[in-house]
Amino acid sequence: MGIHRGHKARPLEWLAEKFIFLVSLSTILTVFLIFVFVAREALPIFLGKENSALIKPVIPPADMDKLKPEELRAYLRLSEKQFQAMDRETKLDLMLVKQEAQDEIPERLRNDPDAKLNTTEWGAMLKPRQWAGYDKPEYIWQPIGQVHKYNIIPLIVGSFKVTLIGLLFAVPLAVGAAIYISQLARPRVREVVKPVIEMLSGIPSVVIGFFALLIMATVLQNVFGYETRLNAFVAGIALSFSVIPLVFSISEDALTSVPRSYTQAALALGASRWQTAWQIVMPAALPGVFAAVVLGFGRAIGETMIVLMVCSASVMSWSIFDSARSITTTIAAEMAEAVSGGHHYRILFMLGAILFAVTFISNMIGDLVMHRLKNKLEGKR
Amino acid sequence: MEAQSLKSKAQSHHFRTRQFDFGSFFFSGLTGLATLLILAILAVILGNIIVNGWPNLTWHFVSTIPKKDFFDPATTGVLPMIIGTTIRVFVMTIFVLPIGVITAVYLTEYAPTHSPVTRIIRAAVNNLAGVPSIVFGLFGLGFFINFIGRNMDQLLHNPGPVWGQPAVLWASLTLAVMTMPVVIVATEESLKAIPMGLREASLALGATKLETIIRIVLPQALPGIMTGGILAVSRAAGEVAPILFTGVAYYMASLPGKLSDQFMDLGYHVFVLSTQSPDIEKTRPILYATVLVLLILTFALNFVAVLIRARVRKKLRALG
Repeated sequence: MGIHRGHKARPLEWLAEKFIFLVSLSTILTVFLIFVFVAREALPIFLGKENSALIKPVIPPADMDKLKPEELRAYLRLSEKQFQAMDRETKLDLMLVKQEAQDEIPERLRNDPDAKLNTTEWGAMLKPRQWAGYDKPEYIWQPIGQVHKYNIIPLIVGSFKVTLIGLLFAVPLAVGAAIYISQLARPRVREVVKPVIEMLSGIPSVVIGFFALLIMATVLQNVFGYETRLNAFVAGIALSFSVIPLVFSISEDALTSVPRSYTQAALALGASRWQTAWQIVMPAALPGVFAAVVLGFGRAIGETMIVLMVCSASVMSWSIFDSARSITTTIAAEMAEAVSGGHHYRILFMLGAILFAVTFISNMIGDLVMHRLKNKLEGKR
Repeated sequence: MEAQSLKSKAQSHHFRTRQFDFGSFFFSGLTGLATLLILAILAVILGNIIVNGWPNLTWHFVSTIPKKDFFDPATTGVLPMIIGTTIRVFVMTIFVLPIGVITAVYLTEYAPTHSPVTRIIRAAVNNLAGVPSIVFGLFGLGFFINFIGRNMDQLLHNPGPVWGQPAVLWASLTLAVMTMPVVIVATEESLKAIPMGLREASLALGATKLETIIRIVLPQALPGIMTGGILAVSRAAGEVAPILFTGVAYYMASLPGKLSDQFMDLGYHVFVLSTQSPDIEKTRPILYATVLVLLILTFALNFVAVLIRARVRKKLRALG
């Protein structure tokens, strides 16, 4: 759109145009900044520079002069600027404090191999480990107590479990409704029902979470008779309420953009409305429905409040009737307790970065597929 | 040869007969049922909240500043939460509207259709729409508070953290980033609905492109821009995850007075009341009333936006 004319003759006009262009670039900048600043806080984890081990090697303060400044700075965990600003006395005090802190560790932990483990290493975060007091290797996320256990596998399993249940419930409903609204319903029904379904997306997720917690959890427990009242199943169903409007709008959009000539040809050949919808329109719009599912996945895995309110116990289990703790829930629930700049804080940011990457990729795929489909149906290349 | 293969294809698709077809009937019914089920879910959620919330929604409840123990149904109120949510949404609008509208103007009026920059901007907008809200919260904490806020404190030589901590301003900015795509998409849609002839007429009368946009295009697009603004406001008003670490407070004795203050929030209050109540049966009435207030705030706005949008779409269809 737009009519092109020369602007060089009008400097003010030219300036305004450049300004508008610059402002619109801010969207790209924002995505870039989000990535940079979430990843920045998580960088020490990605680089393996963080050490969460309880027992660390101690350098006696007397040996201070034997260290090179660089080594001393790394040992005291100071930034370049802080290190420059500090005088010798303060550094000596810091070393003393470090030594005393190590001396205060109770005796029983001295010989515990867990206390010497750096739990922020990739091995500790991904592989099961036999912790003291357990009889077999297990995946545990438990960022409290003496030894912080940071295994992220239970969180990833929890996220996928809840997301999958949500999608299994949402996709058939949303796509079915999209077929009905775009192909089978009378125009008057469509005009009323479509905005109403889109209104579902206007319900804040905290309200859906509240409804699931107070009403749905009890109703579903009475119907299915499982043990844990708040579990991944309830969370998944509640989650689907926030995914349905998204999947519905995108697949409805895809189905509607199939040219009317397709439908007319099929109907003229004697196909019924359903046959036309299912065998002609649906195959043509299939990439769009796929895109809707992918984007729905991105929405579901990023949903926070619903899962946070309905279930949040971190249990490593594949059963849908057990509780689950998703990645988003973990970040939301634990960020307040995490010390700014500490290893727990950094791990939470790392989880955020992973989440961002996953949704970024699913958005990209969804968009690309939808874009191609529209070009194809409109006969462009 | 070809005619024969076409014929066999047609036969294999059962297209020939138009008698009563049970499959068609059954599956059409199934999709209709799916639609009905979605409508039923919506009706049950809204109905439950309205029926249980309405009797508890009193003027006293809406206009009272609660004491420290806000779980007591007799003395509690939601005034500071309503004010907090309103302030953060208002400040957000100041930031998001200009940027969103200007970006939409660029995309529809100036951007060359096939340039890679345009495609990247569009991809960025779509991507922003899909970033999880909790990641926006992390971004707000990492960028606005830890980076910008702390550096501001250093520059201003503040003795303690003033800006380098959660505040209304940071929560609003985080929400502004989050709702940018909403404003951009709605504005773009309404700009596209304006007939090319209007622009051409203005240009033919000697107006420059910028004058045309400011005097002709934007006033015509105003309903659409309003839709975008309203949708952004209603979306932001209900979001809790992005403000968890960027400004919301569990309890505050006074109302926020400066942009660097923390605030109480309706959505967060719903979360607190439903998960941290000492006696859920006793606090149920105030919980329902709070949810109803939140819903009225977000949903009424949303409803208005849907109405305006439907009109804009009708106009678009009439033109195209």
